[in-house]
Amino acid sequence: MTLEFAAVLRSRGFAVQLTVAAGETVAVLGPNGAGKSTLLGVIAGLIRPDSGRARLNERVLFDLGERGGGRWSRPHQRGVSLLAQDALLFPHLSALDNVAFGPRSAGVPRAESDSRARAWLERVDAVDLAGRKPAQLSGGQAQRIAVARALASEPDLLLLDEPMAALDVSVAPALRRMLRDVLRDRSAIIVTHDVLDAFTLADRVVVLEGGRIVDAGPTRHVLERPSTTFAAGLAGLNRLAGTADTESVVTDAGDRLRVRFTEPVAPGVRVAVAVRPALVAIAVEAPASDDPATNVVAGHVIDLETRGDLVRVRSGTLAADVTPGRVADLDVALGTEVWFSFRAEDALAYPQ
Amino acid sequence: MPSRRRPAYAGVPGWVVVVAVVGAAFVVLPLVAMVTRVNWAEFVPLITSESSVDALWLSLRTSLTATALCVLLGVPMAVVLARTDFWGQKILRSLVLLPLVLPPVVGGIALLYTFGRRGLLGQSFEALGVTIAFSTTAVVLAQTFVALPFLVLSLEGALRTVGTRYEAVGATLGARPTTVLRRITLPLVLPALVSGAVLSFARALGEFGATLTFAGSLQGVTRTLPLEIYLQRETDPDAAVALSLVLVVVAVIVVAVAHQAGESNGFRRRASS
Repeated sequence: MTLEFAAVLRSRGFAVQLTVAAGETVAVLGPNGAGKSTLLGVIAGLIRPDSGRARLNERVLFDLGERGGGRWSRPHQRGVSLLAQDALLFPHLSALDNVAFGPRSAGVPRAESDSRARAWLERVDAVDLAGRKPAQLSGGQAQRIAVARALASEPDLLLLDEPMAALDVSVAPALRRMLRDVLRDRSAIIVTHDVLDAFTLADRVVVLEGGRIVDAGPTRHVLERPSTTFAAGLAGLNRLAGTADTESVVTDAGDRLRVRFTEPVAPGVRVAVAVRPALVAIAVEAPASDDPATNVVAGHVIDLETRGDLVRVRSGTLAADVTPGRVADLDVALGTEVWFSFRAEDALAYPQ
Repeated sequence: MPSRRRPAYAGVPGWVVVVAVVGAAFVVLPLVAMVTRVNWAEFVPLITSESSVDALWLSLRTSLTATALCVLLGVPMAVVLARTDFWGQKILRSLVLLPLVLPPVVGGIALLYTFGRRGLLGQSFEALGVTIAFSTTAVVLAQTFVALPFLVLSLEGALRTVGTRYEAVGATLGARPTTVLRRITLPLVLPALVSGAVLSFARALGEFGATLTFAGSLQGVTRTLPLEIYLQRETDPDAAVALSLVLVVVAVIVVAVAHQAGESNGFRRRASS
C-alpha cells in the first residue's frame, strides 16, 4: 500500500478515507465544492485537518487525534508533488531552472540537477524550451514543463488538480497522452471533471459529494453503472432509481420498465437503471404499438440544450439526444409533454 | 513604455485641470525659486568646503548603513506580517508603522529614553562601556527608526499581491521554508524590495528632527547634510542653497530609481498572472 489516508475537517464538512496502491492512479470526481481540492490540500500538507492520519509508504504524513495535537509533517517533508490547473511556473526562472528546482532543493549539485531536469524535459518533449522564461510559453507548453517539474522532484505520490482544465481543447489530447505515459506505474491522484481523463488515466475512480465518498471502484464499473446522479451525469447516462420486480423494475416515479439485469436480482431489491440518452427516442403522442420490449415514459420538457449536432431534451427524470430536425418537426418547447421510449436491452439494471 | 496614444474619452472637467496646475506649481515653484538663488560662481567651492564634505560623506555613510539595517530587519518583519496570522497582528502592524506619522522629534526623544545614558537599554550598554547617544551610531539608529516603515510597508504589500501559490508549489517540490524564501519569495518581490530600500534611503538621507534630538550636531560625527544646511542658513545662506541643490539632485535620482523599480514590478505582476 502506498497511501493510507483518513481525515476529518469539520469546517468544510469533509470526512474522507482513501487508499492508493503502489503504482495506482485514482481519479477523484465530484461537483464543485465537493471537497476534491481539500483532499489534495490535506495530502500535500497545505491544509490541516481537525483529525485523522495518513501514511505514505513508511512515512507518517500526519497523525492527529480528536483532541488536537499529534504529528504533522510539513509539505516539503512529504514526498508529495502537486500539479495544479495553472502551471504556476516560477516566473523568474527559466524552464530548465524550474524543472531543476526540486532536485536542487533536495541538495543535488547544480550540474547533476540540470542534467536530470534536461532528461525530464526530454521526457515531456520540451527540451527546445529549456532556456525560455514562463512568460514566453503557451499554456500547453507551460503545463508540460510543470509536469516535468513535478516529476523531477521524484515524489512518492503525484497529485494532479484538474491539470487539463485551463488548456485549449486543441492541446489537451497531447498532454493527456503524455500523462498516460508518465502516470503508468506511478502512484497518483487526479482530480478531474472530464470522464475521458478518468477513462484514460485512472485505474480506479472515487466520487466525492458533500465532502464524502459516495462511490468508488474500477473506472468502468463506476461510470457505466453509476450509483449517484452526479456520476451518471458525468458519464452522460440517464439514471433511474427503483425497485426490482420479476424481470422488470418499478421506478420511484411509478413506471414499470423492462430492463436487462447485469446479475440476478431478487424482487424488492433496490436497483438503478442506466440508459444512454442517444438510445432514447421522443414522440409527442403516446406511441400506438404496445411492443413489450419497448419502454415508454411520459414527461414534461424542462430543458433543451444543444450538444454538438444533437439536442438534449430533458424531463425531470429522463434525457434524450435527438436531432435538431426532430425537435423542430415535433415542435418541442419547454413544458411540452413528450413520450420517451427506449428498448429493454438498452436499459441496464444493477443493484445499488 | 508609456503609451502616448490619446484615450478615446477623457472626461476630466476643466476646473480639475486648473486646480491640478495650481498644485503642480505649488510643488515646482519653490524648487525653481531655490535654483535662482544658487551662487553658481561659488558653487563648487561651497559644496567642497571641509564642513560640507564632512556632512555629505557622513550622510551617505549613515544613510547607506541605515538602509542596510532596514533591509535586514524589514524583510523578516514584512514576511511575518504578510504571511502569518496571530492575535494582535493588526495592532502590531500599526505600531510598527507609527514612525511614519510620528513627528521625528518625538522619535528622537523616544530613542533618547531607550538608548540614552539613562535610557531603558542605554544603561546596560553604558555598563559595557558603549555610549550610543550623540555618536554616529545614534545617527544610524535615528535614520533606521524613521525609514524602516517605508520598507516594511512596500514589501508587505508586494508579498500580499504575489500571494502564496508559488510558495506552496515550491514546498511541495521539497524545498524547505528558507529555500522557498530565498529562491522564490524574495526574487518575486525584488522590485518592491528595491523600491522600498530606495525610499528608506531617501528618508534616512533627509532625517533631521530625530537625529538632532538623539544624536546632536557634531561636525564629522553626527552633523549630517540636513543639519549642516540648517546651521549654514544662519551664517552662510549661499552654502545652504548649494547643499540643498545637492539634496534635490539626489532626491530626483531616488524618485527615478524607485519609479523604475515600480514599473518593472507591475510588469512582472502582469506577466505572472
